[in-house]
Amino acid sequence: MSVIVLLVIIGILVAAGFLIAFIWAVRSGQYDDSYSPSVRILFDDLKESKEPSSEEELPNKPK
Amino acid sequence: MSQACVHCGEDCGKAPVLYKDLPFCCNGCKTVYQLLNEKELGSYYSIMPMAGIKVEEESAGEKYAWLDLEEIKNKLLEFNEGTISKVTFFIPAIHCASCLWLLENLHQLNPGVMASQVNFPKKEVSISFKNDQISLRKLVELLAAIHYIPEISLKDIDKKKDTSSNRKVLLKIGIAGFSFMNTMMYNFPDYLPGGELIEQEFRSLFGILSFLLALPVVFYCSNDYFLSAYKGLKHKVINIDLPIALGIITLFLQSSYEVFSGSGIGFFDSLSGLLFFMLIGKWYQNKTYQALSFERDYKSYFPVAVNKIMSDGSEQSIPLSDLQQGDILLIRNKEIIPADARIVSGQANIDYSFVTGEAMPVSKKIGDTVFGGGKQAGSAIQIEIIKEVKQNLLTQLWNQNQEKNQAQSVLNSLVNRVSKYFTVVIILIALVAMIYWLNVDKRLAIYAFTSVLIIACPCALALTVPFTFGNTMRQFGKREFYLKNTQVIEDLYRADTIVFDKTGTITMSKAFQLSFEGSLSDEEEALIKSLARHSTHPLSKAIVTHLADAPVHETHEFKELEGMGLSALIREQRVIMGSAAMVLGEKHSRELTESRVYVSIAGKYKGYYRLENTYKEGLGKLIEELSGRYELHLLSGDNDSEKAVLSRIFGSGTNLHFNQSPTDKLEYIRNLKKEGKTVIMIGDGLNDAGALHESHTGITIADDVYQFSPACEAILSGRQFKNLFSYIRFTHKSLRIVHISFGISFLYNIVGLSFAVQGILSPIVAAILMPVSSVSVVAFASLSVNWLAKRHLK
Repeated sequence: MSVIVLLVIIGILVAAGFLIAFIWAVRSGQYDDSYSPSVRILFDDLKESKEPSSEEELPNKPK
Repeated sequence: MSQACVHCGEDCGKAPVLYKDLPFCCNGCKTVYQLLNEKELGSYYSIMPMAGIKVEEESAGEKYAWLDLEEIKNKLLEFNEGTISKVTFFIPAIHCASCLWLLENLHQLNPGVMASQVNFPKKEVSISFKNDQISLRKLVELLAAIHYIPEISLKDIDKKKDTSSNRKVLLKIGIAGFSFMNTMMYNFPDYLPGGELIEQEFRSLFGILSFLLALPVVFYCSNDYFLSAYKGLKHKVINIDLPIALGIITLFLQSSYEVFSGSGIGFFDSLSGLLFFMLIGKWYQNKTYQALSFERDYKSYFPVAVNKIMSDGSEQSIPLSDLQQGDILLIRNKEIIPADARIVSGQANIDYSFVTGEAMPVSKKIGDTVFGGGKQAGSAIQIEIIKEVKQNLLTQLWNQNQEKNQAQSVLNSLVNRVSKYFTVVIILIALVAMIYWLNVDKRLAIYAFTSVLIIACPCALALTVPFTFGNTMRQFGKREFYLKNTQVIEDLYRADTIVFDKTGTITMSKAFQLSFEGSLSDEEEALIKSLARHSTHPLSKAIVTHLADAPVHETHEFKELEGMGLSALIREQRVIMGSAAMVLGEKHSRELTESRVYVSIAGKYKGYYRLENTYKEGLGKLIEELSGRYELHLLSGDNDSEKAVLSRIFGSGTNLHFNQSPTDKLEYIRNLKKEGKTVIMIGDGLNDAGALHESHTGITIADDVYQFSPACEAILSGRQFKNLFSYIRFTHKSLRIVHISFGISFLYNIVGLSFAVQGILSPIVAAILMPVSSVSVVAFASLSVNWLAKRHLK
């Protein structure tokens, strides 16, 4: 039955790990804004080149 | 043919500003577009077409010079070490994914910006920048240039608490959840058949582990309940947190006793689970409530406009939200000063009664500072805004001024009374149940006791009114009907009498047919305009609009006799305009068919303006709808020239009264109240302030331009006037929702309690059911209000 003691200890350590991760996430503000990140990930990276692009390429024509 | 502006989507009118063949509504929008294109930020428009914000064009100049002051910088900057600084701005204009994208790409616009991050729900952007490359002032000017004007207030520093309290609840949920899950594992064997066969050493190990895990739950996660219950007891009030606190203490003590006496492993799992579910319920409530109050404070609030004096001397009315420091405003007789300001010209007589309750006006000289919320009495003054304008201030002002009607809310006092007895009754039931079960089964006694305490939470009862009415207000706000507070909904519901003002209320203030009988020189027109612009009366405003081109002279000894007219000394000539009695000193014959404003200059009678009214669209239909259910009255300050027309619209049942001065109107309302009627007064905010204030519900009709007056309880946009009836009817539906929610809540309590006293409901099930009931009531109230609004409000 001493294996149960071991399991209990492991169980509590794993759970404590998640708890600490959760506390860290809350403290670092990850729960403050749940909207922006979902949009942010969809933005394309900007092209590195600084050459002026031609007008046709600009996605600015109103539909 | 008109096109939509590429930047902001507004109609460009007949002559759009063109840039690369694309239409823009103004130069400001074109500049932003150019700026974005130069820096290859064109994808701004692909994320959300026409995402931009239109702003009155204006160069920043020295407007933000104050941001260079060391002292101010220190207060605003969150971090300032060496060459790196960090700052957070509140930008109300943030509204879509494009805004987010652009603001997070600020470093493309200026290399001095290192990184920027947007918090969308709070409309904030945090920016880290190199202060040797871009100063705080330059940064703000950059934001202003792309039309994301930050709202800077030095009070910002105090309101950081919001985030931390939200985070605290989350932390508590996390810790309670952690303890709950683990204790449940330790208690699991006890729930199974044969659980009693577990060896004693394991039993005590599990017990002690559960006890340790419960410690943070009791001493950290539940401290709000203890604190609230303690505060209540200190003020000799039994509040709804007391039974919860009692339940927690009982569970904890009983369980600790069992563990340390070796008789069992207690109810620590129930205890942690209880807190876990209750905190989740609380978190959800907070979130919904925050969304409601945010909208109330910043977003859908009433559209206040002010008269700004442009650099070329012309007057323009702009929304309050566009007002900035350094702007010069014209404040006319009886208008409210929107923010702290310095007097530039004119004789100021400021009445602070809305702020301090002191009605004696204070006289101020040029150069003196006046505070937001004061009301000018006398001739118009010009002021320079010296402090950031906060819509909040006016909201507060509006809410402050509510000494009347208080303690009248039948609903709220009912809820309070019920909650008070509720708690006492619940504690008694719990005690009785415990005593009964003590003789039968000791374990069940604790179960029944705590279950009763936990399940019988009047939360649902307490939440119904704020959420139903809060949502109703929100729906009204979306449809341009702004209420002062939730109390107004109840007042509207109870009303049985409606009193209308005429000019500016049922007539269109913009659509006067105006002509002058007699002849006026240009100089005389200038004199008339100079006089009329001091007044906020609809007729004066119509005349000012009519004489748009005339220059303005300085006025002295301005006097406004309510319901009579205006007089002042301009260029050493006495100019008088107003009713026949005021100008000609006689009661004029009564066969008039239109409103007239008589004019005399330097003692000589010059003629009169003839103004023909056009009635608001849908007036006939509205009156028809209202007349069946409400007693209607019409009070007009005008002569009875339109009596025939009006009695045809209002029908024979309506009491029409003409030549009423503001004092007469007030008296009239007072008499109606004496007869036991609940009165809605619909009028013009400034000129009928007395009557609006006296009535149970004063509704101000706001056409395009609106001058704020805290005297009323509700503001209705002139465009929505025809829908007034459906708004008033909607309050009845709101009340019905409240009653149904009460019913649900009571039913729930009775069913829950009947199970709890039998001891068949474990505290943990009670703890799940309790927040579920709160959440279901909140959801029912919000959803049904929104659904009904969609169906019944236009």
